[in-house]
Amino acid sequence: MSTTRTSGQRTPRRNRRRPRWPAVLPFFLFLAVCFGIPAGTMAMGAFTVTDPATGASRYGLDNVTDSLSGAYATGLTGSVRLSLFSALLATVLGTLTGQAVVASRRPALRKAVVAACGVLANFSGAPLAFAFIATLGTTGVVTRMFDLQRTGFSLYSFTGLVLAYLYFMIPLMVVAVLPALDGVRTQWQEAAASCGATRGQFWRHIGIPVLMPSLLGGAVLMFGTSFASHATAAVMTGSSVPLITIQISNALNGNVLVGQENLALAMSLNMVVIALLVMSVQIPLQRRSARWLG
Amino acid sequence: MAAVSGAATGCGSAPASATDSEAAKAASAKDFGGMDKLIAAAKKEGQLNVYALAPDWANYGEMIEAFEKKYGIKVNNEDPSGSSQGALNAAAKRKGQDRAVDALDLGTAYMQEAKKKGLLAPYKVAEWESIPDSQKQPDGSYMNNYGGYISIGCDAKVIKKCPETFKDLLKPEYRNKVALNGNPTESGSAFSTVFATALANGGSFDDVQPGLDFFKELKQRGNYLPVESSKATIQKGETPISIDWDYLNLGYSEQLKGVDWQVTVPSDGVYAQYYNQGVNKYAPHPAAARLWLEFIYSTEGQNIWLKGYSRPALLDDMVQDGTADKAAAAKIPEVEGEPTFPTQEQEAAAKEVIGKGWGKAVS
Repeated sequence: MSTTRTSGQRTPRRNRRRPRWPAVLPFFLFLAVCFGIPAGTMAMGAFTVTDPATGASRYGLDNVTDSLSGAYATGLTGSVRLSLFSALLATVLGTLTGQAVVASRRPALRKAVVAACGVLANFSGAPLAFAFIATLGTTGVVTRMFDLQRTGFSLYSFTGLVLAYLYFMIPLMVVAVLPALDGVRTQWQEAAASCGATRGQFWRHIGIPVLMPSLLGGAVLMFGTSFASHATAAVMTGSSVPLITIQISNALNGNVLVGQENLALAMSLNMVVIALLVMSVQIPLQRRSARWLG
Repeated sequence: MAAVSGAATGCGSAPASATDSEAAKAASAKDFGGMDKLIAAAKKEGQLNVYALAPDWANYGEMIEAFEKKYGIKVNNEDPSGSSQGALNAAAKRKGQDRAVDALDLGTAYMQEAKKKGLLAPYKVAEWESIPDSQKQPDGSYMNNYGGYISIGCDAKVIKKCPETFKDLLKPEYRNKVALNGNPTESGSAFSTVFATALANGGSFDDVQPGLDFFKELKQRGNYLPVESSKATIQKGETPISIDWDYLNLGYSEQLKGVDWQVTVPSDGVYAQYYNQGVNKYAPHPAAARLWLEFIYSTEGQNIWLKGYSRPALLDDMVQDGTADKAAAAKIPEVEGEPTFPTQEQEAAAKEVIGKGWGKAVS
C-alpha cells in the first residue's frame, strides 16, 4: 500500500490481482480477541465441574443441568417472559410514536423527539430504578398523589418492571424504527389512495408488510435489551421477580454462595444461546428489508 | 513463582513483595522480633491493600483513618461496596502483583474457601489468647473479628408500634413495609435473616425450611417489600421496616436525619454471625498486612468496632478488664446467652435449601 502511494503509480491491475481477504483480518482478530476468547473461556468454565471438597476439577455436564433446572430454570423462563412481553409492547408503542412524528412533518417536533429519545434510551440501570422508586414506590410522589396503593398497584412486581423497562425501551425503538418509517414513501400512499384504498387497507397490505422486517428487527433489539438488563431489576425488585441476570450476578459476586462461578458461566451460556437464536431470526429479515427500504 | 511474576510486571523492586521474605513468614509479632520491628517494616512498605471495606459498614471508615494516622501507612481500599466473593477473587487471581489484597475481611464460608485455596498465611495477633476458642482457627489462619445479631430496624415516625419479634411482622398493620438488605442468595445479612426466622418458627440449624415458609407467608400477606433496603431507602421512608445486622441498623439510627430509627434484636430468633480477618499469603505488603491485624485486634481497634455498634471478638475480655469503651458498650442491645453458630456442613446445607427455595418463596 505505502509503496504504491510513494511511487505514485497505482496500477489497478495489480490491485485486482492482490487478494482482498487481508483487509478483513483486523476484524477477525478483533472478533477472536474480544468475542472468541471470552466465549471460549465461558464455555470451558460452564463444562468444568469442581469438586467442592477436594478442589479437583473435571469436565462434565453438572453445571449445565443445574442451570436448566429448579430455580434457575424459573429464572430463565422469567427473563424470556419479561423480555418477550416488554419487547412486544415497546415495539408497538415505539412504532406508533415514531409514525406520529413522521406524519406530523414538523421539523421542530421531530428534532425534539429524537433528542429526547436519544437521552431517554440511555437512562437505565440503578438511577432509573431509584427514579421509579421515588415516583411510584410505596411512598412515591405519584403513588401518594393518586393513592395508587388502594388500587393494588405495586411497582415491585412483574408489571412494575415492565413499566420501568418501557421507559427506556420505547425511546430506543423510536430511534431504531424512524429511518424505516421515513422510507415509507408518501407516493405509495397517494398511489394506493388513487386506486381507492383506505388508510387501513394501505397499512394492512403495503405499509406493515414492507415495514415488517424492520419492525421484527426492532423487536429483536428490544428483546435483547430487556433480556440483558440487570441493574434496574436488581435495585427495584431484588429477587422477587426471578430473572437470570440477577441469578448470575448472585452466583458470581455475592456474600453467600461460594464456588458457584462455573454455574454462573453455564447460565451465561444459556443466555448466549437464546440471544443467538433470537438474532438468527434477524439476519435474513434485514436482508429482505434492505431490498425495499434502501 | 510470585517473585518471578512480580519482577515481570515491574514491581518486584521491593523484596517484601516476595513470599519468602521475612515478613511473609512471620506467624506472630514475636517472629519479627517484637512489635517495634513489625511497625518499622510496615512503615517501610508504606501501603496496605484491602478490598470491599465500606466506610459506613461497622465503622470501617474510622478504623481505616485511625490506622493511617497512627502508622502513616496509606490504605488502598478497592471497591468499598464490593462483596466477599470479589475480595476472594482479588486475592486468588493476583498472586505476585503489587495490587493484590494484603488482608482479608470475609464471612466464614469465604475464609474457608480462601484457606482451601491456600491463600491464607497463619498469623496470631498479640491478643490471640483472649479470643474465645470457638471463634478462632487453632492454626491461626483466620479468626473472628467483629459481628452482630440479626435485628429489626423500624421507623417509629411512620410505624405506630414497632415490631419486637419476627412473629409480629406478620401483623396486617405492617403491610408492604418489611424489607431486607438484599436477597438471601447474595446478601449475608438476608441469608442470616432466613436462619433467624427459621429459629423463630420451630426450625433449627439443620432445618431452615421454616424460615423460607415464614417469608412465603409474609409475601402472601402482602407484608414483604422486595426493595433492597439501604441507608437511602430508609431515609426516604420507602423501607420503614428493615431486617439487617444490628450494627448496621444502629449505625443508621445515628446517621439518619428526620427518621426515628428504632432497633430491636428479636427474642424469638436470635442469630449472630462474625466476620473474620486473615492475611493473604501472597500479600504484596506482608508487614503492613500483619500490622493491620494487630491494630484491629488491639484495644484501640476493638473499641472502634464497639463505637460502630458491632461486637468485637475481645468484648468479654475487655469488659472484664475494664478497657472496653463503656459508653459505646452500653449502646449495643443486650442479648441473652452466648451466640451459637451453625457448623460448616449445616451452613452449606442451608445454602442449598435457600438457594433453591428462596425464589419460589417470594415470587
